[in-house]
Amino acid sequence: MLFRYLFIFLVLLPIKAFALIEVDITRGNLNPLPVAVSPLSIDKDSKDNFKKILKKENLGSEISTIVENNLKQSGLFNPLNKDAFLQEPDIANLKPRFEDWNLIKAQALVTGKVTFVDEKLRVEFRLWDVLAGKEIMALAFTTVPSNWRRVGHIITDKVYERLTGEKGYFDTRIIYISEEGPKTNRIKKLAIMDQDGFNNKFLTLGNELVLTPRFSPTNQMVTYLSYFRNLPRVYLLDIETGMQEVVGDFPGMTFAPRFSPDGKKIIMSFAKDGNSDIYTMDLENRIVERISNHPSIDTSPSYSPDGKYITFNSDRSGYQQIYIMNSNGKNVKRISFGNGLYGTPVWSPRGDLIAFTKLHKGKFYIGVMRTDGTGERLLTENFYQEAPSWSPNGRVLIFYRETKTNSKGEGFSAKLWSIDLTGYNEKMVETETDASDPSWSSLLSN
Amino acid sequence: MNRNVIISFGLHTLLVIITAMSLPFLSKKPIDLPPIISVELIQITDKTNIPFAPKAKKMIEKVKEKEKKLVSEQAPPKKIKKIKPDAVPLPDEKIEKIKKIKDKKQNPEKVETEIKQISEFEKKELFDTNNIAALIDKSKTESAETNKKLDKVTQNQDKKMDFGGLTLSEEDALKAQIFGCWSIPLGLPFNEDLLVRIKLQLKPDGSIIKTEILDHARMNKPGQAFYKVLAESALRAIKLCQPLRVPSTGYERWKNMQLNFDAREMLEG
Repeated sequence: MLFRYLFIFLVLLPIKAFALIEVDITRGNLNPLPVAVSPLSIDKDSKDNFKKILKKENLGSEISTIVENNLKQSGLFNPLNKDAFLQEPDIANLKPRFEDWNLIKAQALVTGKVTFVDEKLRVEFRLWDVLAGKEIMALAFTTVPSNWRRVGHIITDKVYERLTGEKGYFDTRIIYISEEGPKTNRIKKLAIMDQDGFNNKFLTLGNELVLTPRFSPTNQMVTYLSYFRNLPRVYLLDIETGMQEVVGDFPGMTFAPRFSPDGKKIIMSFAKDGNSDIYTMDLENRIVERISNHPSIDTSPSYSPDGKYITFNSDRSGYQQIYIMNSNGKNVKRISFGNGLYGTPVWSPRGDLIAFTKLHKGKFYIGVMRTDGTGERLLTENFYQEAPSWSPNGRVLIFYRETKTNSKGEGFSAKLWSIDLTGYNEKMVETETDASDPSWSSLLSN
Repeated sequence: MNRNVIISFGLHTLLVIITAMSLPFLSKKPIDLPPIISVELIQITDKTNIPFAPKAKKMIEKVKEKEKKLVSEQAPPKKIKKIKPDAVPLPDEKIEKIKKIKDKKQNPEKVETEIKQISEFEKKELFDTNNIAALIDKSKTESAETNKKLDKVTQNQDKKMDFGGLTLSEEDALKAQIFGCWSIPLGLPFNEDLLVRIKLQLKPDGSIIKTEILDHARMNKPGQAFYKVLAESALRAIKLCQPLRVPSTGYERWKNMQLNFDAREMLEG
């Protein structure tokens, strides 16, 4: 009995906390967090060496600029103007005077140091909580000097993750279709670039039409649609070696390819005699499996991150709508019921949302909905836009948007745009040429 | 038989100790987030977080002693409740005022504010008929009744002040201030539990003496990295906002306060 009372006493102990005055704070501001990115300090010898190798005057400043631009681009941070900084980078890296950083309203501070060690680039960085007056992260990276931009992206990912609680998406690449020439005679090439538009490379020459490129989970391979003997076919390309191959020997048109989450299969549409169904092909044993079987057009398949489900669009109801089914093709369920036509569904890497393109009353929307079809939110509206692709953390969508031409057929352009899940922070992604059909890689540094 | 009892006793004791040790609110592991301001020790212990019960017992003791003296010739004294040794002494003037009311049969309208703030528990105990009523004379009963009436009037008025916390306008002022300081990390997973409870000790001017994250154990759990981020953002908001907009009076009632930061509404909306 004594123990019972003792236990009850222990259980009731927290009651003392409820006697406190409690105030519920359920609102805050969504303003970007003010952050100071101090230029990374660099000694004279290292500076000279990097100048010789990379033709960069001050690599420390260059890397900090990458971090600053990335943070600003995310919309979640407000990098403060460097002119307002009171402390020199070399001192700030060792022991920041928090009062000085507080004075310019910085809530977080990034400092660091760049050195040239054994022909390699070594970058140390520290993240400080200015208000708490303490260091909250310190890391060092060593790599070949030519990798300096990636170091900037990796630092941003670390800072982003530490301050927002979710993985970053800066050390990533985007594969897309580069477009040049008049609308009636476009030259389309497969191209790849860093997420911030740098390091652009063309992977095909533009002799054949290419469409819908998609990264494999390891970012090593790309699957896309191109033409083989005037027939659209799904291709595989190894980015490192440049080797290409046609996927499967289908007696018809294959299109809308995408990798399974484990990278072992490609899922795609196969069209024959006016009917289009979804198929998978195992990349190891080349076994082809039919997933959907319906006398309608089933296309744009996309796996859930756990590989258990597939979302796709189909006109089996009479209008193009979004459906989900088990990965074996069973238990097909329609999830979109709004007005208009729905297409290009893509499952979020987090697994909680499906992004889509919607056409309603002559306008195109990029939106998201929960996987059961509820909570539809249209993020952006325009004359013509489609093909959303998720950032690896499931926070940002990249898509492409075309502009109207004038009466003479002039003024057409296609550009990549990004928007985050809040529907704010819509930004154009700079590309060398016109661009369409983007696909975001997973984190390269994983 | 005895052996079994001993084994049972031993195992039960062990069970209770393990349970007690594993309860999160009892673990006093150091928080890896440092307090915003260095701690100043004040005369508040955990025990006083139960605001009035110990004080009430002390008062009861004093009042009963006094009454015992008064009625000793009329009836044999009944057993007086044992006072818990951990009772916290009440400030002398408060007790004196209670005595004053008893002695002078004071008019309810003239009762001092301090008396109004006595908890329901105190009032009930003070005039518990089982223990006291039989021992006191008619005039004392009248006094008790008067005070009971007074309780009904003052309880509603002062319950909010004593137990509910701040008045609506005081709470609104504080909330509005903190809303402006709290930058919610937008990357938080909105389908998770995003509630951070922070206990504050405040100076009379609203500046912070000490902050304590109540669920700090959760911060280092796997898969809960976002919670640490959220907690840090809440601490930044408090630091940024201080001195907090607290009422100019009644320091005793708000010197310890708990802020519940909940980001769900913002992130889901």
